[in-house]
Amino acid sequence: MRKSRTTLNLGTGTFVLLGFAALLFLTTQTTSRGITLFANPPHYDLTAKFDNVGDLKVGAPVSMSGVEMGRVTKIAFDPKEYKAVVTMRMDARYNQLPTDSDASIYTQGLLGGKFIGLTPGGADTYLKDKDQIDFTQSAFVLENMIGQVLANFGKSSSPSDSTKSAPDTQATAAPKAMEKKQ
Amino acid sequence: MNLVSELWTSLIESLVGLGAVVRFLLRLVAESPRALLRVDVIAQQIYNSGALSLVIIMLSGLFVGMVLGLQGFELLQRFGSEEALGTAAAIGLVKELGPVITALLFAGRAGTALASELGLMRATDQLSAMEVMAVDPIRRVVVPRFLGGVIAMPLLAAIFSVIGIYGAQLIGVQIMGVDAGSFWSQMRASVGLSDINEGFVKSCVFGVACSLIAVYEGYHATPTAEGVGQATTRTVITSAVVILFFDYLITAAFL
Repeated sequence: MRKSRTTLNLGTGTFVLLGFAALLFLTTQTTSRGITLFANPPHYDLTAKFDNVGDLKVGAPVSMSGVEMGRVTKIAFDPKEYKAVVTMRMDARYNQLPTDSDASIYTQGLLGGKFIGLTPGGADTYLKDKDQIDFTQSAFVLENMIGQVLANFGKSSSPSDSTKSAPDTQATAAPKAMEKKQ
Repeated sequence: MNLVSELWTSLIESLVGLGAVVRFLLRLVAESPRALLRVDVIAQQIYNSGALSLVIIMLSGLFVGMVLGLQGFELLQRFGSEEALGTAAAIGLVKELGPVITALLFAGRAGTALASELGLMRATDQLSAMEVMAVDPIRRVVVPRFLGGVIAMPLLAAIFSVIGIYGAQLIGVQIMGVDAGSFWSQMRASVGLSDINEGFVKSCVFGVACSLIAVYEGYHATPTAEGVGQATTRTVITSAVVILFFDYLITAAFL
């Protein structure tokens, strides 16, 4: 009826070990206090400064032409320029990105997470480890855009503005106002 | 008039039953510190309740996680936010499905085993024989089984959750093509230690409840073959109701 002592100890030991491993996994791997367990494949790091990263998260993909080339590894704040500094870990296979490439933050789907899209420039020199991407475009923040649209509605309905407000002046005013807010 | 008096009697009876369970629990808790020192006996019971339930817990966890992955993907896809699948699966498993389904399975697998074992000891007069030999059966037999269940349950729930998240990842990332980085990073960004704490508290409470009901029913079983069967059935039914009731209470308390 009783198992032999070794089997018993082995079974209990394995079970308790698995249980605590599972608890450890839950507390470290599913929460923000993450610890990376596995070594990374060959890579190089790039940084880019954005006015606003929206809800870009660490781990978000970095892609060019829809092909994933890296991940966001760190999002920090630059207190001098008041900008967000995003560090990207790029796959070493894609090491021929022109130095004047630009980085924009896009949204996956309507409510999806944010990701960084790179567009190639025309320079002959390539980005190296620890380089910075100078041309950036901030995240599209839905609330600001809605506020902008509402403000424009308000303007165009008032009689004094409606005479001189051409659609193109509004269109150019909108991004400027957005930048100020951000 | 007859009906009223019957209702009154049954109300009094259930209150008496509740009181007896609570007193039994207090007795077990009072005996626990000394029983914890007998490591080998406790280990035997952890093996019986925990290690032997491992396979059913892991299989169920995998399938629950895979279903979550499939259903969650189907739903989230409509809003173009498949990346939230990791968050949905992890929160659902860690806070709710992990503890509750594990506890229900635990009641079915380990609870019935405990109840029928103790019931059979009662029916074959083994417990009375111990009393005759001046060995306290509660201290010697019941408390180690109770403690084994209490220790095993949170560990089983954690294993269930982890396997479930793996199952959701298997379907969502490997088959449906959700981005792996978004899956994990969104999960990490929105699952907090408080969520895991809630799941842990739930599984501890369920562990105490399931083990207590099982040993109580088994220990107080009518000493017949039929009585043992009834004790086993009552263990499962009472455990299921109590688990879901406490699940609501704890969820409300953590909100």
